[in-house]
Amino acid sequence: MKRLLSIKNVIVSLAILIGVWQILFVVSDFSPTLFPSPLQAFWALVDMCVDGTLFTNIATSMYRFAIGYISSIVVAVILGLILGRLPGIFKYVNPTVQLLRPISPTAWMPFIVLLFGIGDVPAIVIIFIAAFFPVLLSTVAAVGNIDPIYLKVSKNFGIRQPQLMWKVIFPAAFPQIANGVHLALGTAWIFLVAGEMVGAQSGLGYQIIDARNNVRADILLATIIVIGLIGLLLDTLLKIIEKKVLKAWGGVK
Amino acid sequence: MQIEIKEAGKTYIENGQEFTALEGVNLNIEKGEFICLLGPSGCGKSTLLNAIAGFDPVNCGSIKIDGEEVKEPSTRNVTIFQNYGLLPWRTVLSNVELGLEPMKIPKEERRSIAENYIKLVGLMEFKDSYPRQLSGGMQQRVAIARALAVDPDILFMDEPFGALDAITRMKLQDDILEICKNEKKTIIFVTHDIEEAVFLADRIVVMTPNPGKVKSVVNVPLTHYRDRTSADFLLVRDKIFELFNLKSDTYIEYNI
Repeated sequence: MKRLLSIKNVIVSLAILIGVWQILFVVSDFSPTLFPSPLQAFWALVDMCVDGTLFTNIATSMYRFAIGYISSIVVAVILGLILGRLPGIFKYVNPTVQLLRPISPTAWMPFIVLLFGIGDVPAIVIIFIAAFFPVLLSTVAAVGNIDPIYLKVSKNFGIRQPQLMWKVIFPAAFPQIANGVHLALGTAWIFLVAGEMVGAQSGLGYQIIDARNNVRADILLATIIVIGLIGLLLDTLLKIIEKKVLKAWGGVK
Repeated sequence: MQIEIKEAGKTYIENGQEFTALEGVNLNIEKGEFICLLGPSGCGKSTLLNAIAGFDPVNCGSIKIDGEEVKEPSTRNVTIFQNYGLLPWRTVLSNVELGLEPMKIPKEERRSIAENYIKLVGLMEFKDSYPRQLSGGMQQRVAIARALAVDPDILFMDEPFGALDAITRMKLQDDILEICKNEKKTIIFVTHDIEEAVFLADRIVVMTPNPGKVKSVVNVPLTHYRDRTSADFLLVRDKIFELFNLKSDTYIEYNI
């Protein structure tokens, strides 16, 4: 019943969006080439599906996203677990992290393109940077917030590193780490598009730039919607995985 | 003599001020004794327990177990905490196996040891449950099984039943006595509940605050399986009540 309700919510919500779009299209003075109707965007979408460019670009973007996001999480979580256990060292790392964190990953873009040229690497690096800091900081915080009793019990039973890390610290910190990983997914997806708009000749971000260069606003809007849908899909997928894993962890209701 | 405490004291520096949590404790504990550290909050009973258990060693005097100065927790002596300290992502069985894992014991043997102790605390049908699915009393039983599984010499219990309701608490008091008689462990048990101390202990170490120290040590001459309503029981209890009202600083050893 709850599930049915949420599907209904989604449909109504999207219908309102398309309705507002259609009204704006009807009342505005823009040329239909610059501001297309929902139907025009829909046909552009169909065309892209038929000739396959959409799927090629999605595959390219997803490949970059997977590499950038997963490698970022692995590095950030491992580093976060270590730094979380070494507050004395983290004190010296933290100022640098706080300095780098507020810099939009796109600011690095020209520099990255200079170093690596145009292609997969700039987009991957951007995603890596985008996901890295939130995951690193939430992991360090998670390790710091572990109930000291787990560490007391481990010490009492003679559990030492590296067992202490993967038997006690990581699982104890996991729910909060998962939260950070989840938040970073959205950020990383946002910056994938930015990365591909500047540093690539393929992918969904490039498709937007390409549509603009060819004055194809219908393709542009269709692509934007696809990007939104994939973002939503990834988020839902991660929510499901998170729920399953947390259940296996037994820690959270 | 298993535990030898000589002039033990503990001071902390808090906001630049020195604070004495524990002062001049002398106590000898024999193997197999059930000792209760009894007193109001701030009397240093948990400080003393943490010092004997090695989590937070004393900074004056000495505490020796089997002739060796206590510097850190030992796997030979297991502490049971008020809030259980079970790992919520592990099942009951796997929680009880925790302490056996660092020992090089084959997997099947580990499992069968763990199951034996889960049986002992009467939770066999919950061995695949997670801690959050159990009541507080059951969770504390799991913690007891986990402690016993590594076959420790000494059990330290820091207000282990403090978070439980009165009836569950009495049931667990019965159980812990039963288990201890069979397992022959030395037990140091911290509590602020006078009846609990009288019911469980061979000797009650009565402590008073500001600074935390031992006021007296009361021998409880009752046999185990005590009747909480018997005249002897009430007599010992009254003696303790009296002690807490007494303002005298003199050290008295009672033999009732």
